[in-house]
Parts: sequence; structure tokens; C-alpha cells
Amino acid sequence: MADEKLMFKVTVDNIEVEVEPGTTILQAARKIGGDVAPPAMCYYSTLKGTGGKCRACLVKVAAGSAKDPRPMPKLVASCITPVQDGMIVQNTTNPEVLETRKAVVEFLLINHPLDCPVCDQAGECSLQDFAYEHGAVSTRYEEERRTFDKVDLGPYVQLHMTRCILCYRCVYTADQLTNKRVHGVLGRGDAAEIGTYIKNSLDNDFSGNVIDVCPVGALTDKTFRFKSRVWFTKPVDAHRDCDKCCGKVVLWYKGDDVLRVTTRRNEWNEVMEYICNTCRFEKKKTSDWVIEGPRSIDPRSVISQNHYKKKVVPDYIHRVAAAYKPIDEAPRQLPEGQKPVGLDMRTEPK
Amino acid sequence: MKLTNRSRKTDKSPMTIAERLYLPAIASGLGTTIKHFFQKKPTIQYPEQKREFSPVFRGLHVLKRDEQGRERCTACGLCAVACPAEAITMIAGEREPGQEHLYREEKYAEVYEINMLRCIFCGLCEEACPKAAIFLQPDKIAPAFYERDEVIFGKDRLVEKMDDRASVGIEKYTGVKS
Repeated sequence: MADEKLMFKVTVDNIEVEVEPGTTILQAARKIGGDVAPPAMCYYSTLKGTGGKCRACLVKVAAGSAKDPRPMPKLVASCITPVQDGMIVQNTTNPEVLETRKAVVEFLLINHPLDCPVCDQAGECSLQDFAYEHGAVSTRYEEERRTFDKVDLGPYVQLHMTRCILCYRCVYTADQLTNKRVHGVLGRGDAAEIGTYIKNSLDNDFSGNVIDVCPVGALTDKTFRFKSRVWFTKPVDAHRDCDKCCGKVVLWYKGDDVLRVTTRRNEWNEVMEYICNTCRFEKKKTSDWVIEGPRSIDPRSVISQNHYKKKVVPDYIHRVAAAYKPIDEAPRQLPEGQKPVGLDMRTEPK
Repeated sequence: MKLTNRSRKTDKSPMTIAERLYLPAIASGLGTTIKHFFQKKPTIQYPEQKREFSPVFRGLHVLKRDEQGRERCTACGLCAVACPAEAITMIAGEREPGQEHLYREEKYAEVYEINMLRCIFCGLCEEACPKAAIFLQPDKIAPAFYERDEVIFGKDRLVEKMDDRASVGIEKYTGVKS
């Protein structure tokens, strides 16, 4: 019985799933997928140590485990809480969770400038999605918001500290992808901010990935700044042979021009394979790439707006169409004494 | 086959002498004409006289300026994505230091074009605008054009003139001018 792995049974929103011990509630919920998965603003599955900061993924644990079925006293952050056998989790089924999430949105937006019409991230911003799905319609905040000037972190990356929600993802990216991190979070509490302390530039070959991991528009691509709104561009999967990275990217076209190059993200908006700065910033010609085909975008996303796709006709339609004609054109066989209904000229007596 | 009861059989019998004279028919026809001299005219002399607009009339677009004359549009693209006719295109530009009196936000529309042949005057752009920048004027009709190249209206024809302010603005939604 040594081969058989010990599996934990967890119930999230009345759906049961079996996961390995050590899995977090968030990962278990993502295994079910769909709306059951709590939103995550700071947790990033491909970066170690992320999670537990934004509180967006708070869930109710109605029963701790099969052995000790008492509920957990407070809502727990699902991205850093490991599951236990027989745990019952409530996410969207618990009104307390939904109410708390509304408050989390409000907290995250306290210092957010709400400059979405200007921000390049609009349309693919996790905070926008999160606030749209879970937040209140209007703001109650009347006080002054903290403001910062925008900072150039090297030639490619621009920092808009006003938009930052301090998720620490970019810090972990720099730690785990590059050998020398030059930026970090300075200050504490309300004064915390992302910075390089003394004006420093991100010049590592993988520094461009902080743009993709940033859930908001705090770290943006300088080469794409104000070029176009994301929903006017067309994403296309492409790859090239790169000696530094995997070379698998998404090209964002407007007309024949590649406006920007990004990594490919999975359904949870997480980068699976990071790319180097050469691919991201310096290869902006179609001839540099091998095109794989248009990237499929969630039809609920604004990026898919006005992008017309040829409607896929299911196979059986052709079979039905082929079978329909002969039946239709054959003289109709009516039971004795019954007259045809409607203006059917073919069956009307001459 | 008779489809309705409204059809009549045509009378093809030869005309009588009174009918062949035509004079009574001419007199009755003139009577109809003269009767209209004394009736209220349904037409108006258009360019000089104008009819009253409906309060919900949606006419020519205007790109508003704020009280200080700065352009409100920030080229966010929401009007263009909301447009069912895909009539709107724009190119954004970044405001330089020293241009704060020209543009309200750090981004502005360098080029803003509406294809008036495509536009269906539905007003969805106005509804989508988060900056109260575009409005369909309730008192101005889009002018007629005679050439194809007059059809695309750029910023020169859309942006509000400071000495000729549009009658509509953010007060339509907030009640306050700002």
C-alpha cells in the first residue's frame, strides 16, 4: 500500500475534491475551477513565498477537519492555509465572505488613484476584475490619497507607485528569477513603497517579467506606454529560438505592428514560463517570430470585444442539412382525409 | 386567389359625354389645389426657420473642454469599444510638461476621428465616457457632406470652441458644471 498516496477530501462550496496533503485551500478550489476559486491579488503559484498579503482570497472554514469538525474562528486566507482531511470550505456560498471581500476591495482602493482611463493595464488588470466582481459600486473615501511621481526603473520599466497595492510579487520575481535584486519595499505600514532606494535601474535580463506579474498598472512596459488600449490589439501566440529563455510569447498586434510582447498566462492570469528582456523588448518585428495562431481570449474579457471569429459550425449541422433536403422535397404523405396545413403549394390539389 | 377584401374590380365601361368633356374634372381638381392655399402649411423654410428639437435628440458629437478650456478626453478608448458601428478611432499622446493648460489628464487624444457615415447616433459613446468628454448635442444636426473625404470628422471639427461652447456638458449628469 506504499504506492497509494494519502489524499485529503476537501469540500469547497459543496463540491468535493481530492487533493494531496500540503495543498492550500486556494489550490484545491482552483482544482475544481470556475467561480469556486477565490480571487487572488498577491498569491502567485509559480513564485515561492507569495500570498497572505492582500486578503482577497479570504474564505470561511466551516469545519476544520474530519477529526476536529469545529469551524475556524475567523476567515482564513485560502492561499496560505493548507487543507486538512474532511475540511469544509465556504467561498461564494457564505455571505460573510462576500461582505468581507467588499471591504477588502475598499481597502485596496483606498490609495488607488482610479485612473483606469489613463492606465495601460486597464482591460487586463486583476484589481479591475476584482473590484468589478466583488466591490461596491461607489467609493466612500473622501480623504486625500497618497500620490507619487512616476519613476523610470531603467529603460524599459516604469513604476507608478500610486497604483501599487504592495502585493510583493515583483520583489519575489526579482529574487527568484534574477541573481541580484535592486528593488524592494521601503518603509513600513502606510509609508511602505516599492523603490530602488538610490536611483537604480532594473537591468537584469529577466527584469521585464515584473511587468507581467504586477496585478495592477504599477509596473508597466515603457515601450508600450499609451500606444494603444489592450482591447484594440490582437493577441497572437508566437515563439522563437532564444538562448536565454523559452521564447514562447504572445505578440499584441495593431494592424501589422507588434506593439508589445508578453508572456503567456494561464487561466488564473499567472505566467507559466518567463521570458527574457531581449524577447520582450527588442524583437518587435513579425520576421523575428514564428507565428502559431491567434490566442484565445476569454469571451467575457474586454480584449475579445470586436474581434470577430468565424463561427464554428458543429459537424452534425452538415449531416442534418444533407439529410433534410430529400425529405423536404419528397411529396408529403398525409393520413387519409387530413388536409395540409398552411400555404403549402406543393401539396395543394390542382 | 383573393387575399384581402380590399381589392376592387376596375370599371372599364366607356365614359359618358360629361366625363369625356373633362371640364368638370378639371374644375374639381383645381378646387382641391385652391383649397390648399388657405390651409396651414406643413412645411417650413428650413435654414431660416428651424423646428423645435426633441429633448432627447442626439445630434453632432462634441468633444468637451472643461471650465478652464482643457480637453477632457483622455483617449481611454471606451467610446470606441462601446460603438456598435465601430465609427470611432483614436491615437493617444502623452502630455508634456507645460501642456497642463491644454489637457486635463496626463494622456490625451492626439487624433480622434469619427466616421460620420458609420455613426448611427445611438449615443453609446456618450454613455460609456468616464470623463464626460463626448456628448451628442441636442441642438445641432450633423452637417451634410458632398465628398467622401469630408466624412471623417477629426478633432478640428469635434473639439468644442472656447468662444462657441456647446449647450451640453457634464451638468447633464451631475447637475453641476465642473
